[in-house]
Amino acid sequence: MRFTLQEMRTMIARHKRWDHIFGLVGMLCLLLGILTLVVLFGQLLLQGMERLTPEFFTSFPSRRAENAGILSAWVGTVAVMLVTAMTAVPLGVAAAVYLEEYAPRNWMTAIIEINVTNLAGVPSIVYGLLALGLFVYQFGLGQSILSAGLTLALLILPVVIVATREALRAVPGSIREAAYALGATRWQMVSGHVLPYSSAGILTGMIIGLSRAIGETAPIITIGALTFIAFLPNSPVTTDFPFISFKWLMDPFTVMPIQMFNWTSRPEEAFQLNAAAAGVVLLVMTLAMNGLAIWLRYHLRKKIKW
Amino acid sequence: MTEKETILKAEARDLSFYYGQAKALKNISLPLYDKKVTALIGPSGCGKSTFLRCFNRMHDLYPNNHYEGEIVLHPDNVNVLSDKVDPIEVRMRISMVFQKPNPFPKSIYENVAYGLRVRGINKKSILDEKVEEALTNAALWNEAKDRLQDLAFNLSGGQQQRLCIARALAIDPEIMLFDEPTSALDPIATASIEELMDELKSRFSILIVTHNMQQAARVSDYTAFLYLGELIEYNETKKIFTNPDRKETEDYITGRFG
Repeated sequence: MRFTLQEMRTMIARHKRWDHIFGLVGMLCLLLGILTLVVLFGQLLLQGMERLTPEFFTSFPSRRAENAGILSAWVGTVAVMLVTAMTAVPLGVAAAVYLEEYAPRNWMTAIIEINVTNLAGVPSIVYGLLALGLFVYQFGLGQSILSAGLTLALLILPVVIVATREALRAVPGSIREAAYALGATRWQMVSGHVLPYSSAGILTGMIIGLSRAIGETAPIITIGALTFIAFLPNSPVTTDFPFISFKWLMDPFTVMPIQMFNWTSRPEEAFQLNAAAAGVVLLVMTLAMNGLAIWLRYHLRKKIKW
Repeated sequence: MTEKETILKAEARDLSFYYGQAKALKNISLPLYDKKVTALIGPSGCGKSTFLRCFNRMHDLYPNNHYEGEIVLHPDNVNVLSDKVDPIEVRMRISMVFQKPNPFPKSIYENVAYGLRVRGINKKSILDEKVEEALTNAALWNEAKDRLQDLAFNLSGGQQQRLCIARALAIDPEIMLFDEPTSALDPIATASIEELMDELKSRFSILIVTHNMQQAARVSDYTAFLYLGELIEYNETKKIFTNPDRKETEDYITGRFG
């Protein structure tokens, strides 16, 4: 059966209407998500604007809202993130390399693989409870920066492992074969080729993990972070030999989201402004980390092509 | 036989190979002569690449493969397929050039030097010398000498394949395996690789898999025809292409199937 030209044109026009309708609906869905975020951020910014002064970053919390700042909170966040990165990245990368390159393909490995992915879905409060029992009491690390860093490391370990495995898998088999054919051992192949070529993906995974950890509140509260801290942890650099100190690891701390939580639960209006300002800072920190991840990926990948 | 004396370099003895349960090679026996080119021809899936990859134990990289029979290297009589022989030792003696150029995403210099670095050679003066020698022998020195620190993927496809040959040459192998080395290249790059092979065979024994029968006729001294995992016929290339003993060989060469 053959359509006349006229019939065909009406039919095409009718079908194309659905094209336009979906295009419109899709765009609305997209705008809904993006606009919500923009409005939220804008509102936070408007509210907190007047508190975003240099003093806000250099002052400790205070009973008077206008004097209160986030010094101990951002220093705490930086310190905790440092511990998290230093533990989650080596552990996660090593685990991923083992799973991807070394582990024999059998049911044991399959079970471990499935569980690693599942761990990423465990609610963070559960990690908090685990850490409270294990790190704080069993290991006697107390309510310290070290405990918090290790807890968050545990939380983002699956993210790092999954991202690293994907990055490793992106290295083509032909490159592996080329290295093996020249007489490389497995470790020479991994350390000389697979790891360097996948570094962009590994770094991205690490930063995405950290940007998740930076906003976590529940597990940190569970292990007992303080909400009012008017001092800084011990300095990592000292004037006496050996000039480096690890005392800060055992210090009590607070972090940005907890400081925010503390301020929002105050009845005074002025503290709400502080919370909004801290929210802006936290959001900017997260966005900056994600931006860094994108930048790193772009620049490292430029040098790699197969 | 050709004018010069032929020395046996390696031989496959009753070699069978299995991917899991599937028998991909069936009791193949084949000699490989020193300073000669042996070509493997046959239709897709006949096992020629599988056979080639037995020589440097590439199949060991993947699970559930196993070999039966022997590949013996001369003069030391080592069976490269033996469980007692480390595949890494085999790969240090026998190098390989792959179907698609697969340079590392590193500099030209580091690509060629890698085989030496794997052997623990990191002294710059030695590396410089070996890299130049290998690139010269791969007919790439003139094009690459001013851009040794350039990334390898900035080279053209044909240059990349010659770089892969240089990389395989730098480790001074006893046998060199070529797995359809020109199938991803244009005719001009193909001609330069074929010319190169003719020069290289004065140094070692070459085993090449090719889809292209003209190529086998041009570059090889001996030719083996494989079909469905079996060695149908092996002889001097001239004999195979002018007067094969088996009807299957003749049918394949004249293009009646394949």
